[in-house]
Amino acid sequence: MTALTPISRKPVSFYVPVVAAAGALAGLFIGTAQGSGLLGILIGGLVIAALAWAATQLVPSEKAARWGLAILFAGGGALLGGLPGGIVGAAFGWFFGWFSFWLYEGRYRARIAPYLTPGQVLWHYSFRVICGAILIFLITPILVVMPLSFNAENFFTFTPEMLRLDPAGYSLKHYRDFFTNSDWQHALWNSVKIAPAATILSVSFGTLAAIGLSSEHVPFRRSIMAILISPMIVPLIISAAGMYFFYSRIGLQGTYIGVVLAHAALGIPFVIITVTATLVGFDRSLTRAAANMGADPVTTFFRVQMPLIMPGVISGGLFAFITSFDEVVVVLFVGSAGQKTLPWQMFTGLREQISPTILAVATILVGISIALLATVELLRRRSERLRGMSPS
Amino acid sequence: MSDTEAQAGPVLAADGTPLKRSLARALRMQKLRALALIAPLLIFVLITFIAPITDMLLRSVKNEIVVDVLPETVAQLQSWDVDSTAPPSEAVFSAFYIDMVLAEEQKLHTRLGTRLNYEKTGLSSLFRKTGRRVGRFDTDVYTDQIVALDPAWKEPATWAAMMADKADRGALPLTARTWDRWADYLNSEGKDPAKTKVEDFLFTALYLDLAAGNAKSVADPRIAAAAAAAPGFETVDIRSQFAKADKDWLDPAVWQTIKIFSSRFTNGYFLNAVDLQKGPDGIEPRPESQQIYLMLFKRTLFMSLVITGSCILLGYPVAWILANLPSRTANLLMILVLLPFWTSLLVRTSAWKVMLQQQGVINDVLVWLGIVDDAHRLVMINNQFGTIVAMTHILLPFMILPLYSVMQTIPPSYLRAAKSLGATNWTAFWRVYFPQSVPGIGAGSILVFILAIGYYITPEIVGGTTGTFISNRIAYHISSSLNWGLGAALGSILLGVVLLLYWIYDKIVGIDNVKLG
Repeated sequence: MTALTPISRKPVSFYVPVVAAAGALAGLFIGTAQGSGLLGILIGGLVIAALAWAATQLVPSEKAARWGLAILFAGGGALLGGLPGGIVGAAFGWFFGWFSFWLYEGRYRARIAPYLTPGQVLWHYSFRVICGAILIFLITPILVVMPLSFNAENFFTFTPEMLRLDPAGYSLKHYRDFFTNSDWQHALWNSVKIAPAATILSVSFGTLAAIGLSSEHVPFRRSIMAILISPMIVPLIISAAGMYFFYSRIGLQGTYIGVVLAHAALGIPFVIITVTATLVGFDRSLTRAAANMGADPVTTFFRVQMPLIMPGVISGGLFAFITSFDEVVVVLFVGSAGQKTLPWQMFTGLREQISPTILAVATILVGISIALLATVELLRRRSERLRGMSPS
Repeated sequence: MSDTEAQAGPVLAADGTPLKRSLARALRMQKLRALALIAPLLIFVLITFIAPITDMLLRSVKNEIVVDVLPETVAQLQSWDVDSTAPPSEAVFSAFYIDMVLAEEQKLHTRLGTRLNYEKTGLSSLFRKTGRRVGRFDTDVYTDQIVALDPAWKEPATWAAMMADKADRGALPLTARTWDRWADYLNSEGKDPAKTKVEDFLFTALYLDLAAGNAKSVADPRIAAAAAAAPGFETVDIRSQFAKADKDWLDPAVWQTIKIFSSRFTNGYFLNAVDLQKGPDGIEPRPESQQIYLMLFKRTLFMSLVITGSCILLGYPVAWILANLPSRTANLLMILVLLPFWTSLLVRTSAWKVMLQQQGVINDVLVWLGIVDDAHRLVMINNQFGTIVAMTHILLPFMILPLYSVMQTIPPSYLRAAKSLGATNWTAFWRVYFPQSVPGIGAGSILVFILAIGYYITPEIVGGTTGTFISNRIAYHISSSLNWGLGAALGSILLGVVLLLYWIYDKIVGIDNVKLG
């Protein structure tokens, strides 16, 4: 639904009070911070109302008016709170400029159906604000970690220097610590050794089994599937406890092989799920065609089937990799100090609250997960293209 | 045409076999090939995953330590009445003496004490204390008297030779059994039983056999001589020896506990896991001060429900907007959902620790805004609130993704049709859209609930004492208190709940329909 609805300018009596209400809300927060909430509401509401009216009615060009508001607020903010105040002020000014004109020009009506009542329009936008708030809830914790990892102090919180954007408040020392501290390096090295080995195991077994499972006549398909998926469903603490008892009995507890086997078992469901999903769209007549032309099953597998299901295999592998790379409960029990992985080191750090090096590691891990996410997304699209579905 | 074919008999394949059989063979081959492809993984999962889980389940009912460490005592206790108010007879104490000395040599008595302490407090220290004394009991009286008959008794070689003789063994059953256990232990330590000093408890066992009159007709003259002299020996009251070590041994309750838990399998751990215990009169509730597990189970269920509820509340609007926006915008917003999903669990947990703590980001902002007084910063971590917030955040993508995939299949025209037929916004949503999205809610809720109920890491880090789950208790029993049986029983109950939910999920959604990303 693109711009179907004709829009028109709205009367002052509609938009100025609305903008004023928003200003009052902002004023409330600033007011309480300065000592008097009531005064803040009053001043905020009045100032914003006056500015909104002036910008829409007095300034001839919208662009000039909005820039003016942003600069005005930026100046005011800078006067009160230095550089960070200026930035916050500019954002504030930009928002109010946009908000005033959005209401004044009636643009809020442009993209929604013309027959909606004002109440429905209000609900439409409130709903979006609610969704926005939930999405902010989802993403904020991850965003907060990143700047904190550049903290120059050993605190888990923003220091006044950081808030002033003082370069002295920032440093790379936690990253330096991560790259020089032998504990962390040892843990990183262990993770790098364990995760790929576990991934290779689960991908090779898992792909074969997924191909077997997707053929037409498999007896007990449902129960086999249930068993193979179970490592994903059984709570990790139970898997960890069971493996701890069993592996120590057969002498695998505290060994590299034990941890790899345990992680491979945990990664298998992901491989099975992604590869069977890819195989659903696989055209069986292709293998028959290949056989018809004289290819033996092995050649058919590697030359025909494998390239087509490759995206699914790789994304299953990535899931298995991240499962192992992220896993802490099982390695806590099955591993010993010699197999201390990155998550384990983070876990001990968090429990004993040692240093923001954890946050530096967290930032690096977020970077890795962004890279993995991008890869999986690209693979998904490629897979859908290969299978002739239109990428959404 | 049909005439000629009917006369030719069944349809034949190219190689001349009937087509039906040929097809059946091809089908069988296909099945076998599929199974051959699945087999390696199935075996792998069975060994690395299913076997450990089964092992854990068995561990929750296994109780071999009592009968393994105290075989003679358990045999003697058969004739003792559990409801008796008097301590068992001298025979039981004699058997117990032999078992205890052997256990003390192998340092098993402390483990046994720890095991029995789960059922009756105080037994651990009782066993430890007695273990220190049991080697110094006055049973050397028997040693001295038997050695006085023939100095050869002192030689380990004599004993080794005697215990190799079938007739002698038959005449001295208790001595033979005790010697075997002793010799097994020495061999496992790399010592030679034929060269190790013969301890008092072996002489005691020998005396008990002799006094029982089993050895009268034995051929070996040395044994016959001892058997003849035995009735005249000065004796030691082993029961009073134990009573001197600790008067609790005369308390029948101690023996009740040993007797009740002497079977190889027990439901004791499961009873403990639901705050019950086995008493002499059957199953009874545990002392009030030790009842925590039911409360923990209830708390785990309650918090998982709250988390599932908040995930529905927060996930539904987001899934709706993702499903109804143009796909370009929706894909962009999807990144905001998928990024947390892909980010390490520990990163997200540490982020919440950073945000929620008293000197954390949220409190700082609230203080700066003047909403909260600096002296009264909110306590949002190390309690239930912290766990619920952090876990809702962590599990929210698991709710949004299934909801989104269901909502994508609901045509938006249905809502418009409902409205054009006169439904209000609310009616259109509640009567038309919502019922179609229920499968998504069901799938997401079960997934979130299954994941929440067994969570360990997040409650451990942000849960403090009031926000922890049953899984934290399981971890505690396995790594700290070493009460593995109880840990396994708690785990089995949790596993049962999860498997039930898994089964429901399979019925509703189908396990093959799980989608990732």
